[in-house]
Amino acid sequence: MSTIALPHQERGASFWRLVELVGCYVLGLLWIMPLLYAVWMAIHPPEYEVRFDLFAPLTLDNFIAAWSAAPFARYFFNTFVLISVILVAQFVICTLAAYAFARYEFKGKTVIFMLILLQLMVMPEVLLVENYRTMVRLGLVDTVLAMGLPYMASAFGIFLLRQAFLTVPKELDDAARVEGAGSVGVLLRVYVPLARPVYVAYGLVSVSYHWNNLLWPLVITNSVSTRPLTVGLQVFASPDQGVQWSIISAAALMTSAPLLIAFLLFQRQFVQSFMRAGIK
Amino acid sequence: MSKLSRLQSQATPWLLLLPAAVLLATFTHIPAVTTFINSFYTTPRGARPARFVGVEQYQSMLADPVFLAALKNNAIYALGTVPLAIGLSLLMAIIVNSSIRGRALLRMSFFLPTVLPMIAVANIWLFFYTPGYGLFDQILANFGFSSTNWLGSPNTALPSLMLLGIWKEAGFFMIFYLAALQQISPSLAEAAALEGASRWYYFRRIVFPLLMPTTLFVLVNALINSFRLIDHVIVMTRGGPDNASTLLLYYIYNTAFRFWDTAYASALTMVLLAALAAFSFIQFGILDRKVHYK
Repeated sequence: MSTIALPHQERGASFWRLVELVGCYVLGLLWIMPLLYAVWMAIHPPEYEVRFDLFAPLTLDNFIAAWSAAPFARYFFNTFVLISVILVAQFVICTLAAYAFARYEFKGKTVIFMLILLQLMVMPEVLLVENYRTMVRLGLVDTVLAMGLPYMASAFGIFLLRQAFLTVPKELDDAARVEGAGSVGVLLRVYVPLARPVYVAYGLVSVSYHWNNLLWPLVITNSVSTRPLTVGLQVFASPDQGVQWSIISAAALMTSAPLLIAFLLFQRQFVQSFMRAGIK
Repeated sequence: MSKLSRLQSQATPWLLLLPAAVLLATFTHIPAVTTFINSFYTTPRGARPARFVGVEQYQSMLADPVFLAALKNNAIYALGTVPLAIGLSLLMAIIVNSSIRGRALLRMSFFLPTVLPMIAVANIWLFFYTPGYGLFDQILANFGFSSTNWLGSPNTALPSLMLLGIWKEAGFFMIFYLAALQQISPSLAEAAALEGASRWYYFRRIVFPLLMPTTLFVLVNALINSFRLIDHVIVMTRGGPDNASTLLLYYIYNTAFRFWDTAYASALTMVLLAALAAFSFIQFGILDRKVHYK
């Protein structure tokens, strides 16, 4: 079904075919180059930043230097806590809301659903001025909770899970109720297990979003004990700090490493999850 | 059903919705409304409370060269990155969906920039743009170009950010196209081939129209992202030089958290909200009716 290889192509076109093929690989190479270059800088001594020598000595010094130059261990811990708290809260809150939309009829259902979908467009970071003020009022500035709270009820998650719940046959629902399960029981025993792949997909999207998120955490945190990796990296690599490029590369790769490794190991699932999350 | 249990079953959906509704109201709906209200007041400073000034904030906005620059830059940024990123992502999806050798590697190379934090890759690209020493100048030096201060001169600062934006986003949109391409029945390609249709004709008349809903979805998301993502501005240029690369949200961030002029930041946020509303109007309003597919 590819448009690249329709079966009726003539042999005479083989030259253009080759050009096309080379073009594809060049594009691929171009796209990966920045990362390969970053890896090159990170694993070689600084004098090889712009000198390419296949036999350049390998070193881990840049990683060690980056690790000891800033409290990255703490930043890793903070990010880990942040994404876990957000993920668990999102699963619970979005599941409950999605269940209400998928299986109940109530007044104003459509209007409320539209109001929720508004968040797809107006992400919490767009309203950062007011949200900061709210956090001040709640006394939550510079806490993990403040970083996570605005994202816990996610329109994207509610939408995704609602779609999944809608495909669950009503008969299964009824059968469970006949056996005496209450609303929550039915939800936990019928709906949630059937939507497992959607939870995986949503979880991956959510984790990578919040691992990478910078602006809101940058605004709401101001101490080492709460800063996530992204903010820590931003503080560490500010141009006026005069840190060496090879060390910055090492730090940048280090902060992305868990995601990077997870992606390389589970490439298929990752891509499929993003695809699932994207299909309406 | 007894009266009590009916009441219970009526209350159930509301109880299920409660946590989500409270949080969304607190961090999306109420702040949107208070932003609107605050944009008609002055910023309270010290003992001086906020004072109602009508549309004064909006008037000063129109006379504010930094705001106008931010708006113009953001329009250029969106118009420059969105079509290119979409075009490239479609091309990537077609490549990865074909029977080309090394598909998995190509897919990985296209998608990888998407997975990484913008702040991390922006720091790496900061080095690429270093005058004289960075990757771009090294490559261009081979062709006899002299060194360029990519991020330091007003003409190249914004395009440099745009290039990074395209590189970072294209792989993300590729995924959506890939999903859509895989839904197109292979028999269509076979039929087109039997009819002797050229590949370009097949793409133009069959694949592209079938991808229209995806294109629309990607377009709206790309537009929203172009007004929402400013991590690279923070890392690479801080809006400079001379506001040549300021984007709207970055200016809001600066106004609110560097100058602490929250009322003016509220008025600026209203402009951002209007832009975002306009984009979703594209989705629900105009284009939806013109997108035909089965």
